[in-house]
Amino acid sequence: MKKYNEEHEWAQIDGDVASVGISKYAIEQLGDITFIELPEINSEISASHSVAFIESVKAASDIYTPVSGEVIEINEELEDAPETLNESAQTTWIFKVKMSDVNELEELMDEEAYLKYIETL
Amino acid sequence: MSSKTITIFDKSVEDRKGISLPSFDVPQKSLDKKYIRKQKANLPKLSEFDVVRHYTNLSNKNFSIDKNFYPLGSCTMKYNPKVAERVASLEGFTSIHPHTITNGMDDDIQGCFQTIDMLEKTLCEITGMKAFTTSPQAGAHGEMLGIMMIDKYHKSKGNKRKYIIVPDSSHGTNPATAAMVGYDVITIKSDENGAMDFEAFKEKMNEDVAAVMLTVPNTLGIFNKKIKDICDLAHSYDAMMYYDGANMNAIMGVVRPGDIGFDVIHINVHKTFATPHGGGGPGSGPVGVNEKLIPFLPDLRVKKSNSRYFIDDIPKNSIGKISPFFGNFGISLRAIVYILTLGANGVKNSSSKAVLNANYIRVRLKDYFDVPYDGACMHECVFSAKTLAKNGVTAMDIAKYLLDFGMHSPTVYFPLIVKEAIMIEPTETENKQTIDMFCDRMIKAVELAKTNPQEFKSYPKTLGVCRADDTRAIKNLDVCYC
Amino acid sequence: MPYTPHTPKEVSAMLDTIGLENENELFDCIPRELQIDGLNLPNGLDEFTVFSKFKEIASKNATNKTIFMGGGYYDHIIPSAVDALSMRSEFYTAYTPYQAEASQGTLQSLYEYQSLVCALMGMEVSNASMYDGATALAEAALMAVRITKRNKILIDKWVNPTYIKVVQTYLEFRDIDVEVVDYNDANIDENIAAFLFQNPNFIGDINEFESLIDTLHQNKALAVMSVYPIALGLLKTPGELNVDIVSADGQCLGNYMSFGGPSFGIIATKQKYIRDLPGRIIGKTLDKDDNELFVLTMQAREQHIRRHRATSNICSNQNLLALRSTIFMSLVGQDGFEQLAQLNYSKCEYLKEQLKTITKIEIFNQKDTFNEFVIKIDKDVTLFLEELSSKGFYAGINLGKLYENLQNCILVSVTEKRTKEQIDNLVAAIKELV
Repeated sequence: MKKYNEEHEWAQIDGDVASVGISKYAIEQLGDITFIELPEINSEISASHSVAFIESVKAASDIYTPVSGEVIEINEELEDAPETLNESAQTTWIFKVKMSDVNELEELMDEEAYLKYIETL
Repeated sequence: MSSKTITIFDKSVEDRKGISLPSFDVPQKSLDKKYIRKQKANLPKLSEFDVVRHYTNLSNKNFSIDKNFYPLGSCTMKYNPKVAERVASLEGFTSIHPHTITNGMDDDIQGCFQTIDMLEKTLCEITGMKAFTTSPQAGAHGEMLGIMMIDKYHKSKGNKRKYIIVPDSSHGTNPATAAMVGYDVITIKSDENGAMDFEAFKEKMNEDVAAVMLTVPNTLGIFNKKIKDICDLAHSYDAMMYYDGANMNAIMGVVRPGDIGFDVIHINVHKTFATPHGGGGPGSGPVGVNEKLIPFLPDLRVKKSNSRYFIDDIPKNSIGKISPFFGNFGISLRAIVYILTLGANGVKNSSSKAVLNANYIRVRLKDYFDVPYDGACMHECVFSAKTLAKNGVTAMDIAKYLLDFGMHSPTVYFPLIVKEAIMIEPTETENKQTIDMFCDRMIKAVELAKTNPQEFKSYPKTLGVCRADDTRAIKNLDVCYC
Repeated sequence: MPYTPHTPKEVSAMLDTIGLENENELFDCIPRELQIDGLNLPNGLDEFTVFSKFKEIASKNATNKTIFMGGGYYDHIIPSAVDALSMRSEFYTAYTPYQAEASQGTLQSLYEYQSLVCALMGMEVSNASMYDGATALAEAALMAVRITKRNKILIDKWVNPTYIKVVQTYLEFRDIDVEVVDYNDANIDENIAAFLFQNPNFIGDINEFESLIDTLHQNKALAVMSVYPIALGLLKTPGELNVDIVSADGQCLGNYMSFGGPSFGIIATKQKYIRDLPGRIIGKTLDKDDNELFVLTMQAREQHIRRHRATSNICSNQNLLALRSTIFMSLVGQDGFEQLAQLNYSKCEYLKEQLKTITKIEIFNQKDTFNEFVIKIDKDVTLFLEELSSKGFYAGINLGKLYENLQNCILVSVTEKRTKEQIDNLVAAIKELV
């Protein structure tokens, strides 16, 4: 079950670890992804802050973490093949966070709410 | 059969001799081997004629103002007067060595000083500012200088400011400049009329804000009626008002940024004052200031005293230096030549005709495209192709289609707040026949978009190349013939 | 009215279409109280009057001196074809090449420019040019800070003093520490982002920087070198020296001195740092039918996409000047470029030899030089240079105006344009006056 923020990041929850990715909608808006800058391992991050960066041919965007906590894993394969996100945005995680406050999940949208949200844009 | 590019390197022929150089009329000396490069530089070997033919042919592949209608919004692609080129090529200007300034040889450079002084004073009159510097070498460079001076102003008063406010319609250089000078950016949304939302601005305006950067009229071609209120509010917090002069062509001779309350401005002389764009430079971005900021100007200034020109004292609190000497002197020269040919009436007339041309286009095309903001525009009008895009024809497709008809595209996808934006700035130097031709063609484009949208992907058809693969350009990066 | 073609009939017709009665209504969107009544400027002049006026102003500048001044601006040859080609309006009235299909002339010539710069400097990638040599060095410093994530820059004291000032100004506003040091005694550690140095340096010395560069790399700091393009016809390239970022001023490559501008800046680096390069970059790619073409690439670094996270706020390059240098380097060619450097070196050595015979002249430089060196005299330099000027020579730059401790020193430069006769005449004049 994924939870989404308004900046189009999703969090897939497994216990107290959240795997974070970017929605298919956002990737489509960006176009062909050419570069991604991943957060630092072991860094402490706060919800709704920019922690990473993504570039396409024609656009660039901050990646805002939906949850706070410690970055415990980063998907280094994306550094060499960022275009993987164009193929499988919904199933490719970018970084994993050990959450510091599970209650933050309540602020996020579930899949249905998110799909409704992007229609308004 | 797909075509390959043929570069100057491909044309190189072993043993072909280049131009003749001055002779060795002194003994030839050799530098110690330990300093010498291992191999000669891999420059091509060509005759003068080879080079001339190559670049003449390359030039024919370009669109240019002299050849094509060039309605790029925000760029002011107006006619570049040839008399300015003639003046700029006088040996009395081109051959002057700037270190004559260092040596204090003022008697030898009165002509250069006079030119700079004339431009500065004329720009003061046109903009209502109290002093100008020609130091910045481009608009963005001018923005940087402006924010640096504002920063030093605050520091000199013990103000600790963190933010620069920009509207969401701003040119990308504005936030990039703020970052270059160490500031964070607060972005204010535009209201339903396309102007910066005043209520949203009031909410964010406080004593943490160093400055507000505005383009007037804004990038949507809209004049913010609350501009004086914005200035007053900012000043009440001792924040500075910065005027981005990119759209000056809409208002010169009509209203002056200094009178409105702006503290510092930059002018893009390669836009408003007709200096040539050169394919992307050189430009020049002279910066004007009010009394408050004069002490912070860059450290080289000219002053006039009894019909002679001197180097003035360094401003008390100068930010230092952002360019050698007086910046792009050759460009300043062209700008003042242009202004003198215009004169007082010509300046206002230019703005008036620029606004006339843009509104005429707006009215002719408003039933064919989506109109993001209703009502009159100034010197540029913005449409959206979002309805066409739903049918598969994007703003980019329209842009590419126009190229086949000898017209350069308008600006597309800017400002960012308009989906599928098409920004059209005809400028005042275009005649009605050209503008009608453009409008007719845009209308035909819309008709074609409705009947045959797939057709668009194959435009342009007549230019030898069509639709570059930008992703491949990055993935298979090739930026050097090495 | 100049440059606006509208006839009264056309204006009427257009106003009619818009739905307005008269032209003034076009400005109804501007509050009445903000509008001015007119500008306090003279009326417009016809081009003939304007031209005469500026011819007169130009005549107030001295053009009859033989130039032996350098200091970053040089009286080099400018082949006629450079003017003829760059003055084609297809080049100079074109705009930034955002629509690739309509700009292959500009784009290809910039790709060639980038390639020529790499060939000359022995570097892997170059951008499409910066404003000038001083700002290029400042941007190179910012680039080093971005790459290393360190906050301190060291700069050698003999870098062009104008460049030092510009670097200091740029970096001061970013809270980056800048220290001016002698490269021989520099304290290099892991706090340093980069060391900025110039070769030949401002007083003309050719230095060997190998061990400095080694030390920098051992500390994971970057070597940033400002070079003199013409000198690279002979000198070891920054590439050979394993320099990380190179900057330079391109006035010497076919551009007029023009009282200091416009010129253009060069910045080049190693492939691995390309993402951090400021400014425009041109690349080669294929179109939808597999035809080769050139495009602006890696635009996601730039201000119009990244906005506040851009590598720089720079928007324009100095395209036309970079084009001129491209044409210049193509005209001079591989052998010619080496010969050009040799001419500069030889003619300058000749002057040096002649001056050595004058007892009251001391050659200040301890090292080898390329086409510039410093002489020391025991007279007032300002007066000395004025006297030489009245004899028709700009003999050099008064270093006392730039350096407190060089009050009696003059920076003299000789390029390929100086004939033996001119050099001999200068020497005779100096002998007489010294």
